[in-house]
Amino acid sequence: MKKEFQIISDLIKNDTRVLDVGCGDGILMKHLKENKNVDSRGLEISKENVQICISKGLSVIEGDAESDLKQFPDLSFEYAILGQTLQAFYNPEKVIDDLLRVSKKAIITIPNFGYWKIRIHLLLKGTMPVNKHLPNEWYNTPNLHMCTIKDFFNFCSKKNINLFRSIALHEENVSEINNKNLSFKNLFSELGIFLVEKK
Amino acid sequence: MNNLDKVKKIVIEKPLKLDCGKTISNFPLAYETYGKLNEKKDNAILAFHALTGDQFVTGINPITNKNGWWSYLVGPDKPVDTNKFFVICANVIGGCIGSYGPNTIDPITKKKLATNFPVITINDMVNAQINLIDFFKIDKLFSVMGGSMGGMQVLQFVANFPNRTKTAIPIACTASHSAQNIALNELGRQAIMADVNWNKGDYLNSECSPDKGLSVARMAAHITYLSKKGLQEKFGRKLQERDDLKFSFDADFQIESYLRHQGSVFVDRFDANSYLYITRAMDYFDLVKQYNGNLSNAFKESKAKFFIISFTSDWLYPTSENKEIVIALNAAGANVGFIEINSDKGHDSFLLDVPEFLKSIKNFLDANYKIL
Repeated sequence: MKKEFQIISDLIKNDTRVLDVGCGDGILMKHLKENKNVDSRGLEISKENVQICISKGLSVIEGDAESDLKQFPDLSFEYAILGQTLQAFYNPEKVIDDLLRVSKKAIITIPNFGYWKIRIHLLLKGTMPVNKHLPNEWYNTPNLHMCTIKDFFNFCSKKNINLFRSIALHEENVSEINNKNLSFKNLFSELGIFLVEKK
Repeated sequence: MNNLDKVKKIVIEKPLKLDCGKTISNFPLAYETYGKLNEKKDNAILAFHALTGDQFVTGINPITNKNGWWSYLVGPDKPVDTNKFFVICANVIGGCIGSYGPNTIDPITKKKLATNFPVITINDMVNAQINLIDFFKIDKLFSVMGGSMGGMQVLQFVANFPNRTKTAIPIACTASHSAQNIALNELGRQAIMADVNWNKGDYLNSECSPDKGLSVARMAAHITYLSKKGLQEKFGRKLQERDDLKFSFDADFQIESYLRHQGSVFVDRFDANSYLYITRAMDYFDLVKQYNGNLSNAFKESKAKFFIISFTSDWLYPTSENKEIVIALNAAGANVGFIEINSDKGHDSFLLDVPEFLKSIKNFLDANYKIL
C-alpha cells in the first residue's frame, strides 16, 4: 500500500464510518476495514474499479462526486476521504462543501503544484509539467484546478475550514506543515494531506 | 400447460390477508429448487421471477422444454453456482404454473376462478412466498435476487422481512411503477380484453382462449424489453425470406416476423388472465407511497447488504429509477453498492449473456459468502 494511504489510515480512528470518494480499486477501503474495523462506503466513477471493489466485498456505488455526493444525508459519516481528485472537479469548492456536509471530517490529498521541480519545469522548459503525480499532458489531463499546498491553506482560512492536520509527503518522507514552514513545505513537498473540519 | 400436476407445491394453510382486503388460505404455491440446502442453512437464495417468468430458473423447463429463464446466471458452475448455493424460486401468486391464480379451480363452483380471482399485489406475492422459506425452516436467506418485477419483489421482501436475508440484489427495477410503465401494461391488457375470445375472462372453460390478444400484448411488451440500437443492429430493415417488399401486410420485415413468433410461442406457455393480474400487480407497486412518501423508511430496519444493478440501454426501468433506490438506501444508512452495466440489450439484459453483469453477481455473492 502506498505511503499516502498509510498516512490517511493513521488519521482515521477505529470503528468509524468512512466514505471514500474516488475509492479506485478499494485498496484503502479494504485496509481500513481489516485494520481499523471501519464501516466504509465508496463512490467511484470507473465501472471497472467498481467491479474490482465488489469482488473484494466492498460496498461501492458507481457515481461522480460532483453529482452523486448529494445522495448522502448530512453527517452520515465520520470521515470522508478525497484522494488526489480535488483538482479534477469542475467545482472543487462545492465538492468540499458537500464532503463537509456528509461527513464531520474530511481527509483531502492534493498533488502540490508548488513543488520545486514543477516550478523549475515550467520556468526552464516553459511547458506544462508532467511527472509521477501529474502523468498527463495538458491536452488530456483530467486536472482542471491545480493548486499548491499554500493555495489550500489560504482556501481553508478563507472558507472558515479548520485544518486539523497538514502533512507533507515527499517521496517516503512525512512531515507536518505549519504556518511557519509553509513556504518551505510548499516548495519541497510532492503531496499535501489535510484533515479538515468545518468551523 | 400440461404436466402442471407434477410441479412441486406447498399448500399454505395459514390465512393471508391480501391488500385488496380479502383473506385467502389453503392455497397452493408452486416452486422449484436447485442445489442443496447445507446443514447450517446459510446458503439459500430466493430468486424472484419477472412478469412472464416461472419457478423454473435454470435447466430444462419441464413445461416448455426450453432452458430456464435465468440459465446464464444460475446453475452448476454458473455465476450463482448451485454446487454451492441452494436456489429457491416460487411461481408468484396470480401466475399460471401451479400457484394460486386465475386458473385455480374454485372448490364451490368447480370452475376456474378466472376474474373471480382477487387482484393481487407485489406485497401479496412476497407475503405468500415467506411461507416457502418457513417451509424450508430457513431463518435467514443468504440472498434475495430478481430483475424487473423480480427486483420489485426483492425490495418488498426486504421491507416486509428485514431480518430474513443477509444480502439483496434488485436488478433493473423501480420502487414505484411510472406512468409510462402503467401505460405500456394497460396497452397489453387492452389487447387481451379486446379479443372476443377473452369473454370477460371466462374463456378457460371453453376451447378458445384469447391468443390473438395475448400475442399482441406480448409483441408490444417485447419491444419495450429491447433497445432501439439492439433492434437496429439485429434486424435493421432486413426482409423476411424475400427479395423485395410485397406490397401487402404480410411480415415483409424480419422484425415483424420475429415479433409474431415471440407472440405465438408466448400464448402456448402463458395464460391471458394471469397476464392481466400480474401486470396489475406491477402497476399497483409503489413502495414510496407504502412508506408515506419516504422510500428510505422501507429500508430502515434492514441490515442487509444491497447490490443494485441497472443497464445503460434499459429504458423501461432506467438507471435513474434504480438510482432512486440507491439514494433511499443511503438516506437510511443502509449498506449499498451500485453498478450500471454497459449493454445494448435493453431491459432484457438481466436475462441474457452479458458478461459484465454475470461477473458482478458472481463477485458479489462469492465475496460476501466468505465474509457474512
